[in-house]
Amino acid sequence: MTEPLLEVRGLTAGFDAGPVLFGVDLDVAAGELVALVGANGAGKSTLLGVLSGLVPSSGGSVRFDGRDITNAPPEAIVAAGLVHVPQGRRLFGGMTVEKNLLLGAHLRRDRDVRGDLQRVLSHFPALADKLGREARTLSGGEQQMVAIGRGLMGRPRLLMIDEPSLGLGPKVVERVIDVAAEISEDGIAVLLVEQDVAMALDAAARAYVLESGRIALSGPADEVERDPAVRRAYLGL
Amino acid sequence: MSAAEVLLSLRDVTRRFGGVAALDGVSFDVRTHEILGVIGPNGAGKTTLLNCISGVHRLDGGEITLDGRPLGGLPPHRVARLGVGRTFQIVKPFGSMTVRENAAVGALFGSSDARLPTRRAFAHADEVLALVGLAPKRQLPVASLTVPDRKRLEVARALCTMPRLLLLDEVMAGLNAVEVDEALDMVRAVHASGVTIVLIEHVMPVILGVCERVVVLHLGRHLAEGRPVDVLKDPRVVEAYLGEKYASRHRGD
Repeated sequence: MTEPLLEVRGLTAGFDAGPVLFGVDLDVAAGELVALVGANGAGKSTLLGVLSGLVPSSGGSVRFDGRDITNAPPEAIVAAGLVHVPQGRRLFGGMTVEKNLLLGAHLRRDRDVRGDLQRVLSHFPALADKLGREARTLSGGEQQMVAIGRGLMGRPRLLMIDEPSLGLGPKVVERVIDVAAEISEDGIAVLLVEQDVAMALDAAARAYVLESGRIALSGPADEVERDPAVRRAYLGL
Repeated sequence: MSAAEVLLSLRDVTRRFGGVAALDGVSFDVRTHEILGVIGPNGAGKTTLLNCISGVHRLDGGEITLDGRPLGGLPPHRVARLGVGRTFQIVKPFGSMTVRENAAVGALFGSSDARLPTRRAFAHADEVLALVGLAPKRQLPVASLTVPDRKRLEVARALCTMPRLLLLDEVMAGLNAVEVDEALDMVRAVHASGVTIVLIEHVMPVILGVCERVVVLHLGRHLAEGRPVDVLKDPRVVEAYLGEKYASRHRGD
């Protein structure tokens, strides 16, 4: 069996206020869409933070594309092709949409950046005539598109998207999840953290349920969807 | 329910940040000597609610009364001296002081009845530290405490102000299963000492383990209220936590 693109083993991490992750195992294969769900405070965003080098891990390992990237600096992790689209979009609001997108390619030295900008716009046609607008003037859904687009501009092999539906209406949420599926159809793996559980599990091939810093359940997304352990992870019964 | 049973009453409590209503017309009562849970998904308004009760935030509308007395507009230290103690999610003990000294600070600056001379403040701190299970560690510097013990100290500091109502903000976060069970024992002991408790918590086994009633907030509004075993099965609550699609598919599971 070939090695997965992302291989997380026994990962632990925490903050001054206490440990958050208690030994997480998780794999993502190349081109696969994997959903990561779990209640508030389960440790989903912390896990993404550790994977992208923003939060130090205290134990365990992260391998990406055959290399150990545990506690590597964030820029090295981005350069290796593991890119994080953070919760809350985190755009530069006073900069244009185009500049925000180009910032995603900041580390790249190749000449295909302009071509990639066009490819990103093919995913998000609504952004094409808004490239010159300040990012903060866009709707929440459009801003989420810019955040995902910025991630794609880094030419990721795996894109981690944290709570893209936060604060968006149902129609926009569907569009955002569709985009995640399109990205994985293009061969880019996606690790999707999402609060709308059914939508995330419908789009994903496999899923992990994180509960209080541990993987409570994992498997094919349709099996996970039917498992009462999902509801227990959120509501305790 | 007679008025005498109500310790804290919230009526149409509203708090806005910019154009967003973090709390939008929330009403419920906290009954004397109960443990009431307050739950809700991300952004529900739980911590804002606690900040409104404890005087950190002013209200933009509605009223909060303690024993019938309006708390509106009172600064946090006045609310504390009326008998409302609270903990914070991010604990910030005085790092250069011992466990016992940290607890005694609460007794020295707490409710008017509890502003004790130093010697009695330390004696009171010792009683409280025994209640929360920190007596053997009272002479240690706080820097040497484990995370669960820091949370206990946070509860002790609040208890030293002799509150009638104790507001606990996610004191179980970051604890493992064994530590949660131990912390639950502490909450039960504090409750048995006569304190009414409002518990904000993500960890549902905690809610199921100690709360007689639970209030669910969602997007700043009061969504549901009742016994935890009923409320956590309420389709509206399932929808708030897992999304509309999941809730409609699994109705009746």
